[in-house]
Amino acid sequence: MGSGGWETARAECGVGRGNLSGSACQGSGAAPPRPSVSAPQSAPVPSDVVRGKRAALFFAAVAILLGLPLWWKTTETYRAPLPYSQISALNALQLRLMVPVTVVFTRDSIPLDDQEKLPFTVVHEREIPLKYKMKIKCRFQKAYRRALDHEEEALSSGSVHEAEAMLAELKEQAEGSLTVYVISEYSSLLPQDMMSYIGPERTAVVRGIMHREAFNIIGRRIIQIAQAMSLTEDVLAAALADHLPEDKWSSDKRRPLKSSLGYEITFSLLNPDPKSHDVHWDIEGAVQHYVWPFLNALSAAGNFSVDSQILYYAMLGVNPRFDPTSFSYYLPMHSLPHVINPVESRLGSSAASLYPVLNFLLYVPELAHSPLYIQDMDGAPVATNAFHSPRWGGIMVYNIDPKAYNASELPVRVEVDMVQVMEVFLAQLRLLFGIAQPQVPPKCLLSGPKNEGLMTWELDQLLWARSVENLATATTTLTSLAQLLGKISNIVIKDDVASEVYRAVAAVQKAAEELASGHLSSAFVASQEAVTSSERAFFDPSLLHLLYFPDDQKFAIYIPLFLPMAVPILLSLVKIFLEMHKSWRKPEKID
Amino acid sequence: MAAPCFFSRLWRAALALLALGSLAASQIEDQAKQFFRSGHTNNWAVLVCTSRFWFNYRHVANTLSVYRSVKRLGIPDSHIVLMLADDMACNARNPKPATVFSHKNMELNVYGDDVEVDYRSYEVTVENFLRVLTGRIPPSTPRSKRLLSDDRSNILIYMTGHGGNGFLKFQDSEEITNIELADAFEQMWQKRRYNELLFIIDTCQGASMYERFYSPNIMALASSQVGEDSLSHQPDPAIGVHLMDRYTFYVLEFLEEINPASQTNMNDLFQVCPKSLCVSTPGHRTDLFQRDPKHVLITDFFGSVRKVEITTETLSLQRDSQITESSYKEDRMDEELMEPLKYAEQLPVAQIIHQKPKLKDWHPPGGFILGLWALIIMVFFKTYGIKHMKFIF
Repeated sequence: MGSGGWETARAECGVGRGNLSGSACQGSGAAPPRPSVSAPQSAPVPSDVVRGKRAALFFAAVAILLGLPLWWKTTETYRAPLPYSQISALNALQLRLMVPVTVVFTRDSIPLDDQEKLPFTVVHEREIPLKYKMKIKCRFQKAYRRALDHEEEALSSGSVHEAEAMLAELKEQAEGSLTVYVISEYSSLLPQDMMSYIGPERTAVVRGIMHREAFNIIGRRIIQIAQAMSLTEDVLAAALADHLPEDKWSSDKRRPLKSSLGYEITFSLLNPDPKSHDVHWDIEGAVQHYVWPFLNALSAAGNFSVDSQILYYAMLGVNPRFDPTSFSYYLPMHSLPHVINPVESRLGSSAASLYPVLNFLLYVPELAHSPLYIQDMDGAPVATNAFHSPRWGGIMVYNIDPKAYNASELPVRVEVDMVQVMEVFLAQLRLLFGIAQPQVPPKCLLSGPKNEGLMTWELDQLLWARSVENLATATTTLTSLAQLLGKISNIVIKDDVASEVYRAVAAVQKAAEELASGHLSSAFVASQEAVTSSERAFFDPSLLHLLYFPDDQKFAIYIPLFLPMAVPILLSLVKIFLEMHKSWRKPEKID
Repeated sequence: MAAPCFFSRLWRAALALLALGSLAASQIEDQAKQFFRSGHTNNWAVLVCTSRFWFNYRHVANTLSVYRSVKRLGIPDSHIVLMLADDMACNARNPKPATVFSHKNMELNVYGDDVEVDYRSYEVTVENFLRVLTGRIPPSTPRSKRLLSDDRSNILIYMTGHGGNGFLKFQDSEEITNIELADAFEQMWQKRRYNELLFIIDTCQGASMYERFYSPNIMALASSQVGEDSLSHQPDPAIGVHLMDRYTFYVLEFLEEINPASQTNMNDLFQVCPKSLCVSTPGHRTDLFQRDPKHVLITDFFGSVRKVEITTETLSLQRDSQITESSYKEDRMDEELMEPLKYAEQLPVAQIIHQKPKLKDWHPPGGFILGLWALIIMVFFKTYGIKHMKFIF
């Protein structure tokens, strides 16, 4: 009975009566609340309502006007300002490579009335047709003048070499510039059938002509010679080989080393058979006498360091084959690529330095496989007995004179002929650096290289190529960085990275200016600085984009923070808006 | 009379045409072959094992098998970045220490004498992996831990571990998503750090990892499609864990038949491990790759074949005779003067061996020892009581 009554009281409490306080229903059989108590609570005071509305609006205003921008600002990735417009302008940069040429006319080289017109300057500009986004123009600025007395005297001597010797003592020529001397058509300075001569220093000699159009004809010859000594399309194409669209037909362009601040050159002697051969090589003397002069001539292109080592019991990875006709062993050309890899792990080149390493190996074959020759594609033994691999180095096989075995017992003492070896290694070094045989115009006498093995204008060619390559690399790096920052929105750019980028852009612009005014050495230095700064900016360790969050993770983080706060505000805003809407409508209805 | 003449002329003309035609065809074929040959000059490999703990033995074995094949085919250690998240060979639970086997019955030990691990144990993290790929390494990092590739490098990237749809788990604590990986490859491409890239992944739902790549010249292989699990191959009762994953097991068998001069191409690698053997469906992606896979040699990525050229030119140098002679003399003099060094005489061994031991002064035991013994004796007597002492004495 009691429990039934309790239940009905509870049921009454739950339904119908609109009770405001739950406590009225607890307790057994309590009477329902009196209407008079609940009346004042059902209709709130208008000032409370207004205050409530204002509070809600203020909350919403603070959240939207103050909170949202603050949250946005504090969660964005820090990006120091970068010169994006200047970087995109670099792509459309016009490179003008100026070669200042001084043309000196002797007395009998051109007709008299043409001689009256001297001195004056002629500019010859040509665009290099490469499929590259930067336009490159080659500009030869020829300053014509008359010969001075000592020059006349020098050019009337017996042979070209004497003349050159006398002229060279007189003045130092700036890097990148050329001097061309025009001699009489019938002069005996050059052999009769030769029209021109290119010397080892930055000088050349051309025959003049007694003709009305003397200046034009001679001008064309001078341009040919100047191009051979400085800039041709091939030199620039080789420099920009990495940036041009692929041309798989020629392998020349893949040979040169990439431009770098320094290089490490390692000479290794491989002696697989110390029981039979006691090999000695005077590497220190050879490096002192032959290698360092060459590297000093190249010193403008980078820092070089040289070291050497001797490896015993180092085998080539390939078994040579026996040739019964000549009683010798040979390595066929298709097996040469497999020679390098087994040896490379023992060379220790990875511990040497962070600069690119060039390895030159001298291999003395074992007694069982002597003599060993390298065969080229046609099956004929190679004269130099050496081969090289682009961007790696070279290997030469040194065969021991068979007469050395007759006299003594094993091990035979072998003294390596360093001159023969260095001739090959330096030639390989030239090829690896991309210093190719020059394309001389027809009927032109090319002087032999100097003692160092490098002609001065070949160095200039290398510097031109390297400057253009550095500028191309720096521009590509900067453009890639700008593109990356656009694509991946989470990368942070700190202030020091931004300053490196500014420095790189300034260096590129300076290099372009210096190239246009013909100062090759300062242009090269500026281009190196541009590459260093741009690489430092791109490879800064702070640019790692570890801040990637997938979208669902972002929602998962923000919803528990913002949703509990946002829902009451939004709901109250909606309620306010609906009430306002109703109050606007009301006056229309009650008319 | 005219007819045989005419016929012989016709026959001769036909022969000549045929010869010309074949010559032209072979020339064109040569040129075409050259055209389709890859333009790379060096090879790199980045091999990553991302799981630790003893029961993930198979992931380490996977990575070491690929390392072994890659080394055998010619890539030197200086060009391999090997990242192993745990040490299985010297693990306390390894019944055969210093070995990691990849075949049942312990036929093949892939942890040989010359394994060079560049990133080991806790160094294998997502951050380090991305730093290796993008090159954003702190300047103090040694050369063996860097990926010093250039625009003419073909890179092989092999990853194995536990993965899911769109991510790969590193070290049981973090993950790398496919978007991060795709962005890393894009950064490599922007800086021209690779010529061509081959990406192989052996995890569950591996195909999801290469879905998001958007940089050119990438070819990708995965051991399973999205929604499928990659299964392991065989457990070994002696070692107690699964030794390898199926996909890598069959890839290893395939690679064992490749030598540095072989001409096998990528289409054969795509056929490795069909569904009947692997249970999961291996997938591959070649739309970003410019060359046709049938012209891509396996050794383009797994081996290291260099371009060589015969040196045909020499310089002419002047002999500096006096210097060479004098240095020869110096050499001989040096040899006569130098006595051969004997190892035994370099250390004063006699003095070391026959040295008398120094007498150390005796100190009474310190406070801690005294206290410890006092505690022990107190407990003993409390337990057994003084009255029982009479049984001892």
